[in-house]
Amino acid sequence: MEVPILKQGDFLIATVQAALTDADLLHFRTALIQQVVRCRSRGVIVDVTSLDVMDSFASRTLREIAQMIRLRGAETVIVGIQPEVAFAMVQLGLKLEDVATALDLEEGLAHLQQKSESTA
Amino acid sequence: MARIDSSPSNTQVQEEYSGGGEHTRPASLLLRELVAHLRDNRTQLREEWARRITEAQLLTAMTKDEIFAEATSVYDNYVEALETGTFEALQAYARNLSERIIPRGVETHEVVGIVLLLRDVLARSLFAKYQTDFTKLNRILDAYEPAANRIANTVAVGFVQERERIIREQQEAIRELSTPVLQVRERLLILPIIGVIDPQRARQLTEQLLRGIRTNRAKVVVIDITGVAAMDATVANHLVQTVEASRLLGATVIVTGLSPEIAQTIVNIGVDLGKMNTVGDLQGGIEQAERLLGYKVVPFAEAS
Repeated sequence: MEVPILKQGDFLIATVQAALTDADLLHFRTALIQQVVRCRSRGVIVDVTSLDVMDSFASRTLREIAQMIRLRGAETVIVGIQPEVAFAMVQLGLKLEDVATALDLEEGLAHLQQKSESTA
Repeated sequence: MARIDSSPSNTQVQEEYSGGGEHTRPASLLLRELVAHLRDNRTQLREEWARRITEAQLLTAMTKDEIFAEATSVYDNYVEALETGTFEALQAYARNLSERIIPRGVETHEVVGIVLLLRDVLARSLFAKYQTDFTKLNRILDAYEPAANRIANTVAVGFVQERERIIREQQEAIRELSTPVLQVRERLLILPIIGVIDPQRARQLTEQLLRGIRTNRAKVVVIDITGVAAMDATVANHLVQTVEASRLLGATVIVTGLSPEIAQTIVNIGVDLGKMNTVGDLQGGIEQAERLLGYKVVPFAEAS
């Protein structure tokens, strides 16, 4: 299952559309960092609105993605975590520390704009 | 007066009350004699019973007239249950009666007490009537006692079940009342928590808040716990989880109103509130939230 990655100006928007296998997640991680380099992106949004579960591997992979992208001088925002998923995650202790989160795509873009203006 | 026949209801009554082989036929006949006696002496037995209730200082929440009116219904239902051997009508009556008297403050021991008193009053009247024929008295009691016990049981259980149902309803109502999620500004929600938080309520609070954040697109939430008297480690952890889950939805949480006791508890327990934004009171919390959202509140005079 390929995750579509779209370019929006200085930013990339990756929309996860269904549950990803561990292999899919690793493939996604590689594809995303390659796109960041190729497009010289300043920010990335990972939209997980369609996910109704988030396990520890997915959570760890998202953190790794954010760390790798930060090493390229760009910011990652995870958007669209559903209330039930958020609840389940905190109960399992999956905190997504050091990763920015926002309610939805609109908020995520606003966050990235703000961040890039303050560092520009 | 009584006919011995082999109709189904007769057989049922026999099986219901006698349980023994050689006494089955006489038992049903005796039962009818018993019921007739109770009906014939209805007035004085009921009065005797009402007198005993007052003497035992039961049903003090009700007036004498009310007691007499209810006593009449209970008596008639009692005798009918004895006669028919079926208890559905009695169960329904017991529930109905409970629904009426529980709001009046009638307690379980009173209901059990009055039913047992009626049992005694009726038994005494049987002793009085059959005192010259000990054998017959025994057989009458053989018919009477199991039924009377079952009646007492049915009424008491009906009362207790009704009380439990009311308590559950009230608990649910309280739970729903005390967890509103309120929007006070664009993107700003307040969750005022009042009363006791048990794990179930904490979970409900969290779910309600997360849904509210999504629906109102809130960026800041102020959780005020001024109205919470005490908190244990479990609940403190729930609060931390709520803050973390809210962050995953892109909202910042400010907790306000921690009482000195709760502040002390939390420090003693060692819960990590490092990542939690806390402000002394609700006013301070709202002011900080407004700052975070980029609002500035100025009096009209200054603004001109």
